[in-house]
Amino acid sequence: MAEKISNRKVFFNPFSKDNPVLVQILGICSVLAVTVKLAPALAMGLSVIAVLAFSNVIISILRKTIPTNIRIIVQLVVVAGLVVIVSQLLQAYAYDVSKQLSVFISLIITNCILMGRLEAFAMANRPWPSFLDGVGNGIGYTIILVSVAFFRELLGSGTLFGFRVVPQALYDAGYVDNGLMILPPMALVVVACIIWVQRSFNKDLQEK
Amino acid sequence: MTVSRLRNYLDRIRPNFEPGGKLQAFHSLYDGMATFLYTPRERSAASGGVQIHDAMDSKRTMIIVVLALMPCFLMGMYNTGYQHWLAAGATEFPFWSLMLYGFLTILPRVAVAYVVGLGIEFAVAQWRREEIQEGFLVTGILVPMICPAETPLWMMAVAVAFSVVFVKEVFGGTGYNVLNVALVARAFLFFAYPASMSGDRVWVATGRPFGFGPAVPDGFSCATPLGQIAIQTEPSAAIEGIGGGSVSLWQAFLGLIPGSFGETSTLCVLIGGVILVAAGIASWRIIVAVVAGALAMGAIAHAAATPVYPAAWLSPADQLLYGGLAFAAVFMATDPVTAARTTTGKWIYGFMIGAVAVIIRVYNNGYPEGAMLAVLLANCFAPLIDWCVVRTNIRRRLNRVKSA
Repeated sequence: MAEKISNRKVFFNPFSKDNPVLVQILGICSVLAVTVKLAPALAMGLSVIAVLAFSNVIISILRKTIPTNIRIIVQLVVVAGLVVIVSQLLQAYAYDVSKQLSVFISLIITNCILMGRLEAFAMANRPWPSFLDGVGNGIGYTIILVSVAFFRELLGSGTLFGFRVVPQALYDAGYVDNGLMILPPMALVVVACIIWVQRSFNKDLQEK
Repeated sequence: MTVSRLRNYLDRIRPNFEPGGKLQAFHSLYDGMATFLYTPRERSAASGGVQIHDAMDSKRTMIIVVLALMPCFLMGMYNTGYQHWLAAGATEFPFWSLMLYGFLTILPRVAVAYVVGLGIEFAVAQWRREEIQEGFLVTGILVPMICPAETPLWMMAVAVAFSVVFVKEVFGGTGYNVLNVALVARAFLFFAYPASMSGDRVWVATGRPFGFGPAVPDGFSCATPLGQIAIQTEPSAAIEGIGGGSVSLWQAFLGLIPGSFGETSTLCVLIGGVILVAAGIASWRIIVAVVAGALAMGAIAHAAATPVYPAAWLSPADQLLYGGLAFAAVFMATDPVTAARTTTGKWIYGFMIGAVAVIIRVYNNGYPEGAMLAVLLANCFAPLIDWCVVRTNIRRRLNRVKSA
């Protein structure tokens, strides 16, 4: 390690200043796919936290024994194993959610955030900081997932976690849910807006 | 002279709006109104600059486009009233009542589009300390013209706001947008509120604005010609107008068919096109290329028509008469900001719009009209087309140099 980063920073930086979605622009595909409703978005976020944290730990433990030229394969095997476990758990205890998420849980394997953190952090750090890094980045990802899903479900379906929030009186007055919010393009626009707001508050993130 | 008195008045109050003046917060508003009324005082031509070639600044360009839109707008007013009277089962069609009805129906939409769009433009100009950009003069009238006459006001406000902010302002304002602002507003409405923008209940104004006009029975519905064609089961079935009669090609050409407010009349689109081309604003190449693309693709589809894709039964010329393709060719495709800029590029760009519009119409039964999506797609390709044309040109000239 070139410089020692405090565990505190490792854990909290990904929340905003080094957010995997907003700053590293990783994992955009799943942000578009699973944020139509809040419940699946939250489940997806929790799954990613679990997979990311444990794969970081495992790779960190193995980091000195993994031959460099096949490290990607080893990382993939570890991630794939964890994803299968998470997927089975969801099917066993949260069947509806797992059906809504369908293929996207399996596709956590290809989520760029995982490979990014394994390559950039776990391969070079001890297990405990790697664990914190995994949880931190997972939470950073989940925050964005949930906030995007909040706007999309509220404006697109008029509900939050499946409960009707927009009052019936508004519908009677002619209000209609925005169908575009259900479609993936609006997820990009919402993410862009969140990035916009975040950059305007963080001067050091603004590009010249 | 009242004209010079107004000019003098504007010049007199000008210092208040300059930095340090007591009303400097409203400088963009002042600039906007003053240059709207008169050509700007400072022009590079006067100071020996070379950037301005004639007296046309962008505000005056915009005003000519608005003038060219007027025939379509007036026809839209008449047709909105005409369709309403038909739907009400009337047998007499008093001209001025029809016009008044159409005017009262569309007026709130135009007002909302302008207030929301210009409001955002003024606010952004003020915030960035720039001059007001006048692009919205045209967009504000285009948006109501390409939507059903009774689009709910709040939906129009949301769509215009979305479009102006995310398509224009974030890219840097007028002249920097990649996509056509008015069309994105329509696309937003189309995808966000499909129930108010498609189907067979939205195309004829059934309301009574300010209590004017005859009442229309509840639950009235009438599909557009293209909407009817998309569900036909045999070739050359007649297209039904309101009240049972069939729609003749002549009516379609004049624009007496249900459809979006300003785009039904091919005749008025032609008049507008002549004005735009004569004024040197629209490129005739793009218009011709769109028509050629639509005719070519229409001919191919017509030759290979099957009952699976009923719209292919339309003859290629009919493709141009129905729906918004003619309007898109003249007023949307030729938008100088979003169109291709090289001469060859214009031909490719226009041809692509015509061909894709017919492809969407014919081969996607879910979308009876494809002109909007075709123009937006071609907008995305325009920079690439230009780039390829320029590269090819450079390569050809290099080869000539080498072989010489």
